Amino acid sequence: MQRKIRVLVGKVGLDGHDRGAKVIASALRDGGFEVIYSGLHQTPEMIAEAALQEDVDVIGISLLSGAHMTLFPRIMELMKKNQMDDVLLLGGGTIPPEEAKQLEGMGVGKIFGPGTDTRDIVEFIRHWAATRVA
Amino acid sequence: MSTDHEKFKQERARWKKTTAVQFKDRPVKFMTTSSVPINDLYGPEDTQHIDFYRDIGFPGEFPYTRGIHANMHRGRLWTMRQFAGFGTAADTNQRFKYLLEHGQTGLSTAFDLPTLMGRDSDDPLSEGEVGVCGVAISSLRDMELLFDGIPLDKVSTSMTINSPAAILLAFYICVAEKQGVPASKLRGTIQNDILKEYIAQKEFIFPPEPSMKIVVDTIKYCAEQVPEWNTISISGYHIREAGSTAVQELAFTLADGFAYIEAAVAAGMQVDDFAPRLSFFFNSHLDFFEEVAKFRAARRIYARRMRDKYGAKDERSWKLRFHTQTAGCSLTGQQPFNNVVRTAYEALAGVLGGTQSLHTNSLDETWALPTEFAAKIALRTQQIIAHEIGVTNTVDPLAGSYFVEQLTTQMENAAEEYFQKIDALGGVIPAIKQGFFQREIAAAARQYQMEIEKKERIIVGVNAYAETEEKLEIPILKVDPIVEKAQNANLKKLRAERDITKVRQTLEQLKMAAQEDRNLMPALIDCSRAYCTLGEMINVLKGVYGTWREEPVF
Repeated sequence: MQRKIRVLVGKVGLDGHDRGAKVIASALRDGGFEVIYSGLHQTPEMIAEAALQEDVDVIGISLLSGAHMTLFPRIMELMKKNQMDDVLLLGGGTIPPEEAKQLEGMGVGKIFGPGTDTRDIVEFIRHWAATRVA
Repeated sequence: MSTDHEKFKQERARWKKTTAVQFKDRPVKFMTTSSVPINDLYGPEDTQHIDFYRDIGFPGEFPYTRGIHANMHRGRLWTMRQFAGFGTAADTNQRFKYLLEHGQTGLSTAFDLPTLMGRDSDDPLSEGEVGVCGVAISSLRDMELLFDGIPLDKVSTSMTINSPAAILLAFYICVAEKQGVPASKLRGTIQNDILKEYIAQKEFIFPPEPSMKIVVDTIKYCAEQVPEWNTISISGYHIREAGSTAVQELAFTLADGFAYIEAAVAAGMQVDDFAPRLSFFFNSHLDFFEEVAKFRAARRIYARRMRDKYGAKDERSWKLRFHTQTAGCSLTGQQPFNNVVRTAYEALAGVLGGTQSLHTNSLDETWALPTEFAAKIALRTQQIIAHEIGVTNTVDPLAGSYFVEQLTTQMENAAEEYFQKIDALGGVIPAIKQGFFQREIAAAARQYQMEIEKKERIIVGVNAYAETEEKLEIPILKVDPIVEKAQNANLKKLRAERDITKVRQTLEQLKMAAQEDRNLMPALIDCSRAYCTLGEMINVLKGVYGTWREEPVF
């Protein structure tokens, strides 16, 4: 049997808004994934470390602090350094579309903004996993 | 409200069978924003246990269901208090002056995340967050710039700050001192509500017990030295934003309030010496009647408990005063101009619920901090409610509505059930440690989202009436990264200029005060005068008290 897709849901920086991260974490769990939630106030280093240790397929970062243009690039840098090229990085939170596009151009798989249906995230990950295997 | 209830019951049954049966309800769930089911009709039998004099009464009189003042907004409009802060202290100082010029009557300060977490702007963990979601304040020097040209004896200032609240209050007292304004003349509020940080907002630093000690220190200090200062703004706002229902917001917030009262009494204070300076801060969400009922229930529960359980004799201690902010979590990124409409209805509920002050959110806040234009429409929304639509002509106009009175009582009863649950867990702090509030809120947030996804709850522009290929066509406020560089340069300069011996001495005094369990306020004020930074003071206290991490639950 194929192992379940493992997802790390992470909160990075000083921001304490965890409503979205928790709703997403439980929706992904209900969607059939193995979900690890980092808890609050993580650094990019802590996220990369946890992702390696837990051997996850997907990292989902929730940011509502406005620090996304600093923290996402830092996470991508650490992923590259640790040769996590096969790991999908997703994001969500209060990220204006223009900056979301920039982040997607830099290698974030997708930024899911306010109003996203959680089923779209589940579908996105499933589709990504299916094309990765193929 | 006396009517022949038996007769009403029979008549209602008849009406249902003969008249109502001809009309079919739409196939939707009739429920509040908090998923509370709502009947098709309310009548005298729903309010038969409500006694007018005991439960509703007159405004300005116990139990204050109808408002804490006899003439409410006929006498004085609520304070229009728009929360503002971004960038450097000088940037926010300009926004403050702009708002005062446009008729705002009180200031409300938003701090950036490093400040909220007690970190200096040049702390490595502050990188990327300096001045982004509020103003960066790392020392008295920044605070002097923030209030430059604003006489502190003329304005009231609210500061949304919790873990480091005592330190920001110390900064404020020192700025006043430099302006020649005595502490006894200062009017304002520090949020200082640490319990809801563990429950919902999660900007905690120390473990709950020492945090409560610091809160009690500020209450004691202000009772003696800053008597017009509101020492805690006990906040349901963040609990609701984190996903709670209206009843949970009501119950958890009041439970927090009672926990502060019990802590201050346990520290030897008389309830009437500090209770008049406690205030509350609630969310006003989309469900109009549920929100009005919540505000009315909050006043009634509080008055009863304060008089009957805590033995307060001063009428001021019985009155629940509150600030309201419209629900940020109700705003949509899609079709952002619709948010002006949502906010107006939410603000109206706050006004009809008898609020003392109000913040209306801006249409662009799901994406970033508001632009000046968006913030102005939000303020104008309040002014239209105040002056154009007639709702301030009479006090508590919704009283006596079968539905509103029934819902008010229903919420009061539901809150009482939560108080019993919290007591059974050993009180608020043990319940926090057991993750009780956190789980309740996460479950409610999840349910809300599921209702949206199943379309049991319609959000215009999101799961109905959505516009495909919608482009965001509003300007977005961007905080220039130069802010962080400028702020760090200022801080470097400050560290070089100040008298380092004094800094060391005052920090050492602070450490001793903490170790000897003395009131920290005098030592914090001395540190502030010596230009110790926020981070330096917090680090000394971390050394004594330790830090807090929560067990993540979802």
